[in-house]
Amino acid sequence: METNTSSRTILKVDGLTKYFGGLGAVQNFDMVLKEGDLNGLIGPNGAGKTTVFNLITGIYVPTRGVVEFDGTSTAGREPFEITRSGIARTFQNIRLFSNLSVLDNVRIAYHPHAGYNLTDSVLRTKRFYAKEDELTEQALDFLAIFGLEGIQNELAKNLPYGQQRRVEIARALAANPKLLLLDEPAAGMNPKEIIELMDLIHFIHDRFNLTILLIEHQMRVVMGICRYITVMDFGQVIARGNPKEIQANQRVVEAYLGKGAGHAA
Amino acid sequence: MELGFLIGSIVKILALLAYIYGILWVMAQPSRWVKAGGLVVAFGIVQLGLTKFGNIQILNSFDSGLLFQASAMTMVALGLNLIYGFNGQFSLGQWGFYGIGAYTAADITYRWVNGDARGFVVVAVGTILGAFILAGIGKLLKKIRGVPVMSAFTLYLIGSIAAGFVAVMAGKLLFPVFQPLLGTNLEPGILATGIPLQVVFFLAVILAGVFAAEISFLLGIPVLTLGSDYFGIATLGFTIVVNVLMVNSDTILPFPEMKGGRGMVGIPKLTTWFWAFFFMIVVIVIMRNILRSSTGRAIMSVREDETAAKAMGIDIAGSKLMSFVIGSLFAGMGGAIYAHFIGFLSPGSFDFLVGFNPLIIVVFGGLGSMTGTIAASFGWLFFLEGLLRVLLGQMGTEAPTWRYVLYPLTLLLLMLIRPQGLLGTVEWGFLKAKEVLVRQKPKPASTDTPAVQA
Repeated sequence: METNTSSRTILKVDGLTKYFGGLGAVQNFDMVLKEGDLNGLIGPNGAGKTTVFNLITGIYVPTRGVVEFDGTSTAGREPFEITRSGIARTFQNIRLFSNLSVLDNVRIAYHPHAGYNLTDSVLRTKRFYAKEDELTEQALDFLAIFGLEGIQNELAKNLPYGQQRRVEIARALAANPKLLLLDEPAAGMNPKEIIELMDLIHFIHDRFNLTILLIEHQMRVVMGICRYITVMDFGQVIARGNPKEIQANQRVVEAYLGKGAGHAA
Repeated sequence: MELGFLIGSIVKILALLAYIYGILWVMAQPSRWVKAGGLVVAFGIVQLGLTKFGNIQILNSFDSGLLFQASAMTMVALGLNLIYGFNGQFSLGQWGFYGIGAYTAADITYRWVNGDARGFVVVAVGTILGAFILAGIGKLLKKIRGVPVMSAFTLYLIGSIAAGFVAVMAGKLLFPVFQPLLGTNLEPGILATGIPLQVVFFLAVILAGVFAAEISFLLGIPVLTLGSDYFGIATLGFTIVVNVLMVNSDTILPFPEMKGGRGMVGIPKLTTWFWAFFFMIVVIVIMRNILRSSTGRAIMSVREDETAAKAMGIDIAGSKLMSFVIGSLFAGMGGAIYAHFIGFLSPGSFDFLVGFNPLIIVVFGGLGSMTGTIAASFGWLFFLEGLLRVLLGQMGTEAPTWRYVLYPLTLLLLMLIRPQGLLGTVEWGFLKAKEVLVRQKPKPASTDTPAVQA
């Protein structure tokens, strides 16, 4: 069933459960990601997909269950420590630092490994200038890759939607992650932009040797780029498999279109 | 006469703004020598204005008072802008730290010129030892993971109390050593006059700032876990507590020389334009260097979006605590400068209502603009205290009260016309973020990758 059995496990989620009061947002969620995977997580609205992302990145503390990233459990660690260990993400509703420049948005990702400390910046030591130039160059490289050259001094909030998405992905990649979580990257995009986005995801996946987990509503995107798909409904996994298997799965069709739809089609 | 005064005041305010622009411009020059020279000239211009040549003095003693007050206000307001404007934490506690700084520094120098070294020794030993202990506990807590906030706070508190105890003991032990060198108020010893006294004053300002910063560290640990509005209320409470302690400093606190609600008199007036200017520039430089670095970007990212900042690996709690502590350091230093030019500290001037002044200045000048804060600190004082008070004073004895009607109206108008503050986020010269226009070196050989088109 697994497409990629040779390489090592990067993320292992076991029995993950999250209750908000009496509501089971996520129940007994299991998932394994191998290095280099490009997998999808789909499901109708409110199925608990984003909650899974928030649990993996430590923004929510799970009620039960274990998240193991790169061989170590993330339990008891602060969200920023979990992200520093190599998980980066984008958000469903774009969360850029809107009053900062595009360049600063990307440069913030370098903060945990900027290579200089507060004393260096207050005293403006040689190390400060060297490292600051270095990370600025790297950030500019990322902007160039994403076709954002020349707008580095614009405020993030002034950019059009598609560019904001790309800045967000550039920012996530600048954090030098091993695992990239993309939360509905195609939301609000037109068909042309979606095709560009799919190219982009393929490109970053190969270029940066990344493991990518993708939440998406646009079936075109998911079926087009994901090698393996997990389907959720009402907080539970209802199906797993490659795009072909998922498309043929009765339960998935029911979850999306309602009971009886499968027979009608 | 009134018209002349009005024009004169406006000219003074405009000259001050030009002066600030000049300082920031000269500090932005690449050459170190031009920078240093420019600062000396900037210092000299005002110093000349303050000096009396026969009967001519461009800046009278009233103006010089405003000038010192404005430099002290700049420091507090910049600190508040770091916390509120850049980090997004609504603090009403800066006036409390200003007061702590003022009283701490005043106590050091007051005792010093009266032949008592305990103020200096206790504060110096306490703050330095305290800093080491707090840093040590911080390192320890990093190793032991998952310590609850309140337990961490208790540990820090115990550490601080221990440092304070050692400091008081050290003060007792060293007291006799210093006594012959200090002499008495009427016959000052060698350490209580001239350059040694200036050195003690210099250290007193720094120690007062560090002391205020340490208190803010202790306060910040539990209080910064609160959301923004609740944090504001909690810090307002802190300002009130500090004020109550000042009013009762001679009864419930063991500081008879502070004279409680009657006010502390006889503080040596050691603040000169040199010191006010020096410390103001130091604060401006430190603040700018922090903000225009990775740390500064992290601080601003917390203001913009905490969740996204977390996802970028930024330590939210640490970042908030750091800006709160640095902001309070500036407030403490500002208080120390204030105490030594006014020579008299009354708890009334550290009341929480007065404590809204720095907030007004920061909003007036523009949240997130250092230039705005500096310009507003000077402009505000010269407008409110200089222009309005004198102008209205000539209309009748009670008329100056009208300025508290006129000036809220001014604020209201400004907020309606320019909600982002006078300068918005505009920065001048030195404070401007370096814009990266073109890449410094050609792009590395990665042109084989399929560049994604827009």
